[in-house]
Amino acid sequence: MRLRLRPCGNYKESYKEELPIFETDFGRISSLIGLILLFFVIPFVFGSYNLYVLNHVAIYAIAAVGLNILTGFTGQLSLGHGAFFGVGAYTASILMTRLHVPFLPSIFAGGVSTALVGLVFGIPSSRLKHLYLTISTLAGQLILEYIFINWESLTCGASGIILPKSTIFGFDLQTDRSFFYVIFIFFVIFLWIAKNIVRTKYGRAFIAIRDNDQAAEGMGIPIFRYKLISFAISSFYAGFAGALWATYVASISPEPFTFGLSIEFIAMIIIGGLGSITGSVFGATFITLLNEALSQGIGYLMNLKAFTGMVTIAPFREFIFGLVIVLFLIFEPKGLAEVWRIVKSSFKLWPFSY
Amino acid sequence: MRAFRGEPSVYGDAQPAKRQAELKIEGLTLIFGGLMALNNVDLDVRNGEFLSIVGPNGAGKTSLLNSITGFYRPQKGRIIFNGEDIKGLRPHEVTKRGIGRTFQNIELFPGMSVLANIFLARHLYCNYRLAPASLFLPSIQKEEVRHRKIVEEIIDFLEMQPIRKRLVGSLPYGIRKRVELGRALALEPKLLILDEPFAGMTLEEKEEMVRFLREINRRWMQTTILVEHDMAVVMSISERIVVFNFGEKIAEGPPEVIKNHPEVIKAYLGEEA
Ligand SMILES: Nc1ncnc2c1ncn2[C@@H]1O[C@H](COP(=O)(O)OP(=O)(O)O)[C@@H](O)[C@H]1O
Ligand SMILES: [Mg+2]
Repeated sequence: MRLRLRPCGNYKESYKEELPIFETDFGRISSLIGLILLFFVIPFVFGSYNLYVLNHVAIYAIAAVGLNILTGFTGQLSLGHGAFFGVGAYTASILMTRLHVPFLPSIFAGGVSTALVGLVFGIPSSRLKHLYLTISTLAGQLILEYIFINWESLTCGASGIILPKSTIFGFDLQTDRSFFYVIFIFFVIFLWIAKNIVRTKYGRAFIAIRDNDQAAEGMGIPIFRYKLISFAISSFYAGFAGALWATYVASISPEPFTFGLSIEFIAMIIIGGLGSITGSVFGATFITLLNEALSQGIGYLMNLKAFTGMVTIAPFREFIFGLVIVLFLIFEPKGLAEVWRIVKSSFKLWPFSY
Repeated sequence: MRAFRGEPSVYGDAQPAKRQAELKIEGLTLIFGGLMALNNVDLDVRNGEFLSIVGPNGAGKTSLLNSITGFYRPQKGRIIFNGEDIKGLRPHEVTKRGIGRTFQNIELFPGMSVLANIFLARHLYCNYRLAPASLFLPSIQKEEVRHRKIVEEIIDFLEMQPIRKRLVGSLPYGIRKRVELGRALALEPKLLILDEPFAGMTLEEKEEMVRFLREINRRWMQTTILVEHDMAVVMSISERIVVFNFGEKIAEGPPEVIKNHPEVIKAYLGEEA
């Protein structure tokens, strides 16, 4: 067997050869090595805190991939993704506590119910475009937040819900490590599915709607239907991620699912790269790590004598956040995905990268 | 890839019955505010015919095409395509019934390659659902490869191999018009509608375009409606010409008749002579 490495030009002889996600055996081997590291090395060398951070990265990445399908690929900016994340979290929590539904069906129900909610909030897209649609998704965010807080009989309001421990096929999911496996298996599967969706007629239709909806319709694409499909897929991802998150942290309240979370998801896909599945993962990693670093840093500063009593240091986080987004928009509007592409293509001709 | 100029199999293999196109427009009236863009227009297009529509700017030619393809909503009249009234259908529904078009102000996807633009037009023929697509099952792969072949054949046919991977936004205007023709052909339209496809082309590009259109029409019986200003092109390629002015049809006939029609000379050709 000969290895297929990255050629200097395109010498493929059949169209089938152009289908794979990883074009070269180098790509395939490195991703295989990545998977082995991910599942057999990282869980054993990383401590609990690091796994906790990684788990969050993967959960946010799943949600960010969903938002990128809707916003980056289909061109429909949503300000409600944070609330959709919450819908999944609440669905799973309520099913597990009230109806004692097992872990797996609960998290899938979280995805499905959020997809339905997403469909409803996608309906205005038949008439509204651009800013007007965005504002209607903001309305969705606010309505859902209101429901989380005020429908107390269902959501327990501000006091929140404590989840029972999750089990899967008889195994207790209690440690960060056991959750690591569950979360990352879903992470890999959902990433692969998203890649598949965007390379078939669905992805092509989404991009066409984003770039020129009139021409898309002229090419026989029922654009309203495809916008709804995009809303549904996107909110499924958000809801599923939210459900995973709820079972992982084992207690939820309305507090995390605010407009601020929606903005963080948008930051992830902008920094990662609009219209890039892999980029969404980079973005989620970047924002999650930045978040961690900032809260550690702020915790450290607040413990210093000089800063005691200066609670006003909290907005510092938002400031850094905004700054990073603006810097990316100015210097690398295509996001980390583009940086990654440049790094890869300089490897392509290595060692003769002229 | 292979460098030869082949026949697109979607044309070579298609049975004539499948490509049947008959259009009958009766009493079509389209009003914008107080402006009558189309006034009680009657028009027949026969199967296999190459029909051209000419007329001065603002005569209502584009309005007619947009009405046929569902982008405009005429107030009165009927548009019968293969026996069905398609007036009031959405553009994508019209496309599905076998009417493919190009636009006067090129409506390509500038950020996509030539290949991707044309591939998109295969949407109607990608017969699969979301679940198998999301798993990229072997059946989906086969389907994708099949469409990819068809797209490449169209690219070969229109002699665009050297630019197949180029972004459309980076191509000169005349070439974009050709890409748009390719995209319309990928729809396998029964009726092909072209709105000023020669505008902004060099003489050489025009000659090539005439060659393509003639071949598509003569060899594969592609029923075609062409809106065009270049009278030399129109006279050389059309079987029948319809002349519009102020939203009305003022003359109709084969090129020899139109050339000498007094109304036409007055309303249109007269301006240029
Ligand atoms: N969307 C529209 N809204 C208002 N008026 C329009 C619209 N489209 C075309 N018109 C008017 O209808 C008339 C016919 O235009 P058009 O069909 O584009 O002419 P042609 O293609 O023959 O140059 C013109 O007076 C034009 O201003
Ligand atoms: Mg016009």
